[in-house]
Parts: sequence; C-alpha cells; structure tokens
Amino acid sequence: MRNILTIADAAAALPEIALVTAAMALLMVGVFRSKPATDLVTSLSLFVLAATAALVMFSSSGTVDAFNGAFVVDTFARVMKVMVLFGSAITVTMSVHFMKLERIERFEYPILILLATAGMMAMISANDLIALYMGLELQSLSLYVLAAINRDSARSSEAGLKYFVLGAISSGMLLYGCSLIYGFTGVTSFAGIADTLKQGEAGIGLIFGLVFLIAGLAFKVSAVPFHMWTPDVYEGSPTPVTAFFAAAPKIAAIALFVRAMVTPFSSIASDWQQVIVFISIASMVLGAFAAIGQSNIKRLLAYSSIGHMGYALVGLAAGSAEGVRGVVIYMAIYLITTLGTFAFVLAMRRQTGALEEISDLSGLAQNNKMLAFILAMLMFSLAGIPPLAGFFGKYFVFLAAIKADLIWLAVIGVVSSVVSAYYYLNIIRVMYFEEPVDNFDSMPTELRMIIGASGIFVIVFVALAGPVIDVARAAANSLF
Amino acid sequence: MAFAAAFFYLFSAVAVAAAVMVIVSRNPVHSVLFLILTFFNAAGLFVLLGAEFLAMILVVVYVGAVAVLFLFVVMMLDIDFAELRAGILNYAPVGATIGLILLVELALVYSGWVLSPEAIEGITAPAEGDAGLTNTEALGQLLYTRYIYFFQMAGLVLLVAMIGAIVLTLRHKPGVRRQDIAAQVARTPETAIEVKQVKPGQGI
Repeated sequence: MRNILTIADAAAALPEIALVTAAMALLMVGVFRSKPATDLVTSLSLFVLAATAALVMFSSSGTVDAFNGAFVVDTFARVMKVMVLFGSAITVTMSVHFMKLERIERFEYPILILLATAGMMAMISANDLIALYMGLELQSLSLYVLAAINRDSARSSEAGLKYFVLGAISSGMLLYGCSLIYGFTGVTSFAGIADTLKQGEAGIGLIFGLVFLIAGLAFKVSAVPFHMWTPDVYEGSPTPVTAFFAAAPKIAAIALFVRAMVTPFSSIASDWQQVIVFISIASMVLGAFAAIGQSNIKRLLAYSSIGHMGYALVGLAAGSAEGVRGVVIYMAIYLITTLGTFAFVLAMRRQTGALEEISDLSGLAQNNKMLAFILAMLMFSLAGIPPLAGFFGKYFVFLAAIKADLIWLAVIGVVSSVVSAYYYLNIIRVMYFEEPVDNFDSMPTELRMIIGASGIFVIVFVALAGPVIDVARAAANSLF
Repeated sequence: MAFAAAFFYLFSAVAVAAAVMVIVSRNPVHSVLFLILTFFNAAGLFVLLGAEFLAMILVVVYVGAVAVLFLFVVMMLDIDFAELRAGILNYAPVGATIGLILLVELALVYSGWVLSPEAIEGITAPAEGDAGLTNTEALGQLLYTRYIYFFQMAGLVLLVAMIGAIVLTLRHKPGVRRQDIAAQVARTPETAIEVKQVKPGQGI
C-alpha cells in the first residue's frame, strides 16, 4: 500500500501546511463569530504569519526534496519565504487603519493575504512545472480578488477585472510554454529537465517553450514588455492592496523566476540570458522615463517598481551565483524601502480623505520635518544614491553583470538610474521648496513605526550590510 | 466487436445530429437540451473506449453543472435569440474555414497513422498500474499518492475562488425577512393571538 503523505514530505512542507490550515481555521472564525471578527482575524493572522516564519527558519535545514521532487526547501527558499512572510505581515499591519477609514474592512482580507502568501511560498519552493503553475495560480487568484476588494468603487473593480483578464492571458502563455517544454523533454520536474538538456542539444521547440515561460513569468514580475497592467492596477486598487502587490508577490515572482531559469535550464543559459537582458534593459529604461510624467504617486511607484524589477533582473541575466546573490540583496532592500514608502502613502490623508497626488506633498518639510526627512531618505535610497541602502542593491547586481561580461548592461542600468533619480528628487523638491498646504492628519502608531523603521534601515544599512550579504550568498550558493 | 461497432455508430450519429440541432434549433431551451444529449452520447463513446471515469465526469460536470447552468441563464435572462441569430449566415464562411482546417488536421493525423503504423503505439502507452484496476481506482491511487501535492494545491485554488466569489458578490441587505423556523415553532397561542373586545358597530 502506498502512503498517502509521507512524514518526510509533510515535514518539508510543514510551514505551508500550518499556514494554510490556520487560514482555513481563521475563515471559520470569521464566518461563525456573531460579532464582527475583522480585528480578531487580523491580529490572529499576524500571529500566524510570524509563527510560519519561525517554522520556515527552524523546521528544516539543508536542501530537502519532497513530493517526488516537486517541492524543494533550500536556503534560497527559506530566505525568500521569510522575506515574503515579512512583507505580508507588514502589509496586513498597515492596512488596518486605512480599511477602517474607508469602511471596507472585511475579515476575508487578511485571510486572502494568508492564502496568497501560501501560494507565494509554493512558488518559491516549486521544483516542477506543475508545482510552479499551481503556486502561481493560488497567488494570482487571491490577488485578483484583493484588487477588487473595494467592490463599490468602480476603479477598484476595474483594477480587479483588468488584472484578472491580463493575468489569465499570461497564465495561458505560461502554460503553453510549460506544455512545449514538457513535450520536448518528456518530464515536468526541473531536475528531469536539467538532465534531459545535459544529454542532448536543446531543440528549437524547447527554446520556443522557454520564451513563452519567460513571457508568463515576466508578466508576474511586471517586467517590460508585459508591464501594461501595473500602473492601472496599482492606481485602482485600495492603497494597502497596492502596497501588498508591490512587496511580497514581487519577491515570490522573482524567486520563482530565478529558480525556474537557473535550476532546469542552466546548460542552455546563453539562450535565456539574452531574453532576460532584453527584458531587463527595457524595464529599466521604461521605468526611468515613463515615471517622469506621472502626477499620481501610486502610478509613479508602479513605474518605479517596473524599473526596480529591471535592476533585479540584471542579476539574473548574469546567470551566476554572484548575480543571484545580488538579486536576493536587491529584493530585500526593495522590500523594506517599498513598504516604508507605501506606509507613507497611506499616511497621506486629510479630513477630505486619502490623497494620492504628488502636489499634495507641497511644503511637507515645513509642516512635518521628520516625516519629510524620512521620505527624502527613502527616495534617495530608491534612486540609488550612496551611502543609502538602495545604492548597495544596485551595486551588487551591476558588479555581477560586469563580472559576467555584460558591461554595457551595467552601463545602461547606471544611466537609467540617473534618469530615474529625476522623479525621485522631484518629490523631494516638492516637499522642501514648494509653498506649504495643510498638514496631514496625524497618523496611527503602526504607520509611524513602519515608516521610522524603514527610514532607519536605509540609513544604517551600511553598518549591517555584512550579515545581509552573508545570508544572500548562502541563499545563492544553495541554487548552484 | 460488431456489437461495439454498432454502438459506436449509434452514439456518434446521435452526437453529430444533436450537435447540429444545437446550432439550428429555433428555441434556445431546445438548443441546451440538445447539448445535453450530445454530452450523453459523448459519454457513451468514452464508455466504449474503456474510459468509464471520463464518461461519468462528463455526465456529472457537463450535464449536471454546466448545461444546467446554461439552461438557467437561457431561461432567466431576457435575450432575444432571434435577433442574435439574424446575421448568422454572415459568419458561415468563417465557420466553414474553421471546420475545413479541423478536417485537414484530422486527415493529417489519420494519414500519419496510415503512413507509419508504429506511431500509434507511441500514443497508446497506458499509465503503469496494478492489473485489474478500474481506471477510477487507478487514477485515485495516483492522484492521492504521487500527485497529492498538486491535488491539494488545486483544492486551495478552488477554495480561494469560492472565497473570492463570496467576497465580491455577497451583500447582506438589512431588512430582509428570513424564515426563522425556531421562532415559528416556539410560538404559543399567547404570543400569536391577541384578543380584542370589539364594540358592536365600530370595527377595530
């Protein structure tokens, strides 16, 4: 009699199983509790995310394969999963206040975030084309619903619908690519594909499948030319949901992208590298130029995140352990800076409601010196100005690109980061040199703490860069 | 063998005829009923192939859920099908082209089999399994052991779809009167009946 679920498999997937079981239990709490359960479910889900992060870190060590090789837990997976869980937890925390003020608080919101997080963890651990797709769908489907969660607002519904339709198209492309890869190798597991490719030359059919796979994944990380959904979805979704989109799913999608390229296709690296180089350059350049004309800060951050995905992909284009180390560092810094910036956007609120225009920031420095200073630091960091955190992220990916003889890629990256500095600095100019308008309403404690912590992180990153780099190196080495 | 062949022609002939009726019948409700007939005959074809699991799934999913849903939509929405059908002949060339392409593809597949008889062996490789299993059992044994992870993930995706549908559409309307059976049963004559003294000629 074959076992239904072996102990070893269950142990490897323990954090995921715990997270999903807890999400279902919380769903029951929300449904059957007679009083409104949003607050209870929100705080419990924070606890669940923290407990899952602890399980991820301590429940396994080394590289563990489970479910016949469909699921892998290695240092890379653990690091990325902790980052994803951190991103989700912070987003849940900073949503509470906004959702209450906008009267869209619902207990399903944290539960959908939990389930999306489970999907992201499955993506990060995916070691098989089917596992890749199942994780991606679990995550995407939760995100479509989250985008439309403010269902009485036409913009939110539009964002959800747009995301859903375009996401379905990209899933279709991804599946088409997967089916071609399966057809030309005969296996779905990454290890099996790698073995098949080592034996013989990759046929044109396989390359064709690989390109479709990359197209599908590029959509999920919102890299050019599959980025069109990003500004509209970011602008239309409620701001905490936008913060979530910009943070955790990006980490998971980049992690999946890295693993799906490096593990099965390492022997045909030159074939996918040129595609990644193109996507990366296009994203960096578009992110730098398209954001200049934006007046809505959420749209601006959407273009900024497209650009940042381009920089992260520079590390993947290098195709080396060093490049992947750069990607991990870049994503860690991106995550914390983005969360801080979105916490700030959430704090932009006056009696009239939430504000989203850059002009609303006019003269902030005279009203609230500290807040303006931290936002300035975050913007400098996003622009990549030394000695702030963002500079080091870019430094490590460009270093890897130069070592991989992709010097002109690094040059284009530096040039586009100089261009993008224009719109980051423009925000600072508006804050410091324009006539002040009314002050913002005072913000809740949790936002204050998130903004503060994020500001401190970008400033003192120089001092704590050592351990971060070590962790990233260990993560990257576990893939090669 | 001749018996099976007779049933094959019966099922296929009815399926094709019903499929034609789906398109040409005037009444949309009839169309849906013919669609259900087509599904049943396709299920019969699956049984002839020895794929009884697929046959049952086809009946349960397509007839039980999808076709009934169609029927509901057709009957509940006010759609003027005569108007929709007005320009149907304009689309005939496109439909004919698609049909022709499908026919050519079928011919290509068939000629492939004729030209290289060994090719057909490649596509009929049954999944390994214990002898004497029905294919429902064989699928179950694979699905709940080797593919347990994918199976559970698919379950989660469906859970999210369900939560999403409820989150986005369910509205609790205040003031909706719902039947409360417990309250109805717990009524006594004292709470249900009020005795009024009515003076003659005045009314209540």
